[in-house]
Amino acid sequence: MAESLIPEKLLYSAEDEWARVEEQRVTVGITDFAQQQLGDIVFVELPEVGDVFTRGDAFGVIESVKAVSDLFAPVAGEILEVNTSLADAPDMVNEDCYGRGWIAVFQVSDPDGMESLMDAGAYSKHVAERDD
Amino acid sequence: MKGSKETPLGPLHRRLGARMVDFAGFSMPLQYSSILREHAAVREAAGLFDVSHMGQIALRGERAAAAAGRLLSRPVEDLGTGCVRYALLCNDAGGVVDDVTVYRRDAQDVMLCVNAANIDKDLAWIRGNADPDVEIRDESRDTALLALQGPASARLLDEAGAPEAAGLGRFRFATSSLAGRPVLISRTGYTGDDGFEIYCASADAEALFEMLLAGGEGSGLLPAGLGARDTLRLEAALPLYGHELDDTTSPLEAGLDRFVRPLERDFIGAAAIRQRRDAGHARRLVGFALEGRGVAREGYPVVAEGERVGVVTSGAPSPTLGKSIGLAYVSAGLSEPGRGFEILVRGRAHPARVTPTPFVGGKARAK
Repeated sequence: MAESLIPEKLLYSAEDEWARVEEQRVTVGITDFAQQQLGDIVFVELPEVGDVFTRGDAFGVIESVKAVSDLFAPVAGEILEVNTSLADAPDMVNEDCYGRGWIAVFQVSDPDGMESLMDAGAYSKHVAERDD
Repeated sequence: MKGSKETPLGPLHRRLGARMVDFAGFSMPLQYSSILREHAAVREAAGLFDVSHMGQIALRGERAAAAAGRLLSRPVEDLGTGCVRYALLCNDAGGVVDDVTVYRRDAQDVMLCVNAANIDKDLAWIRGNADPDVEIRDESRDTALLALQGPASARLLDEAGAPEAAGLGRFRFATSSLAGRPVLISRTGYTGDDGFEIYCASADAEALFEMLLAGGEGSGLLPAGLGARDTLRLEAALPLYGHELDDTTSPLEAGLDRFVRPLERDFIGAAAIRQRRDAGHARRLVGFALEGRGVAREGYPVVAEGERVGVVTSGAPSPTLGKSIGLAYVSAGLSEPGRGFEILVRGRAHPARVTPTPFVGGKARAK
């Protein structure tokens, strides 16, 4: 397995989502480790703008050629934006998971809920524990 | 992956960086780079697969061909040396014990290439039902199997030192040698494309795999894993045992009529297959394509007018067609091409339509 990228400035969930926090606006996507595990991504089922999720809710689905995987909300809040370009180019998640392959932007309802997210160091240990 | 067996190519797969998965008790490569890239390589150039998990069972002796013919859905006595036939091993109820390729290696030697998951079951079934003076041998452990598939395959084998491969007709094989190692080269495969299956001694597998890989480097050849093997066989609408076929399925429900001929012949299961045909099959295997986005996968329900009418047995995005395709058992009345129904994808109904098969490569149906 190739080394996976874990940018320092992001926060991470145990379910392999990343979160970029800009005050109450939190952009989320799946990590490089997750996209490598899934393989070629062929479909992303996005939530709708205005949908509200609590932390850990399945807010969407991501499918590779072989596998179906739920997307779990790393934070609680309302969906402000979704990356509609993934409808035609789901492989963007493979190519640029921390950039153009972002999935949704949450308006966070409870900033304290973010304490359970990991920093890059803790997440890289979490990845190492599972990588063979 | 503790407890799963390895093929002789296990160490090489790891060196090549393959992602390994457990399949039928074997640790096998799912993909080396990307399923989509490996799939495209097979359709456009060539792919090299390790399929050494598959089993080989030999029947030997004067009555070997007659015994094989009684066990299989197609006769073997009229199969010439150097010829291969796809056939079904059926039980007394007309269900499918396994689907196999049958090789007539000589007048008194018939070899069955069987599914990895069924090796023990097949051996027990064959031993229990064959003539006692036919010698039955499991050659699976000593045999490795490589599949070189795709339009460039014949040229690559020529360059590798087996020019006779290009002269083989489909479903023909020859014994030969590659890099001084004895091989059996067969123009067969499980991708719907032209290609070859190369049987060799387990000890020779790694050298041959590496040689073929190196020889194909400039031609777009990629090592390919089970992920691409599955999307390729699905585009060709080839059944996979355990999905489209099992011990209860009649080959006729699965649409395999032309591999159960002549049906009037006396082989194990024939009477039950005829009886089930005469009673009328309640379900039929069909190919379908999803009309919108999404992926229909194994186990998803098929519905029509709010009623459950079937189930998906295999489904995947077709890399060649760019849409989701699959195979499903549906009520017999819904099986004609063009018929619409819906597939429940996580509870949501997605429109789908019965599609003629194979989905890809009409002229190159492999089995």
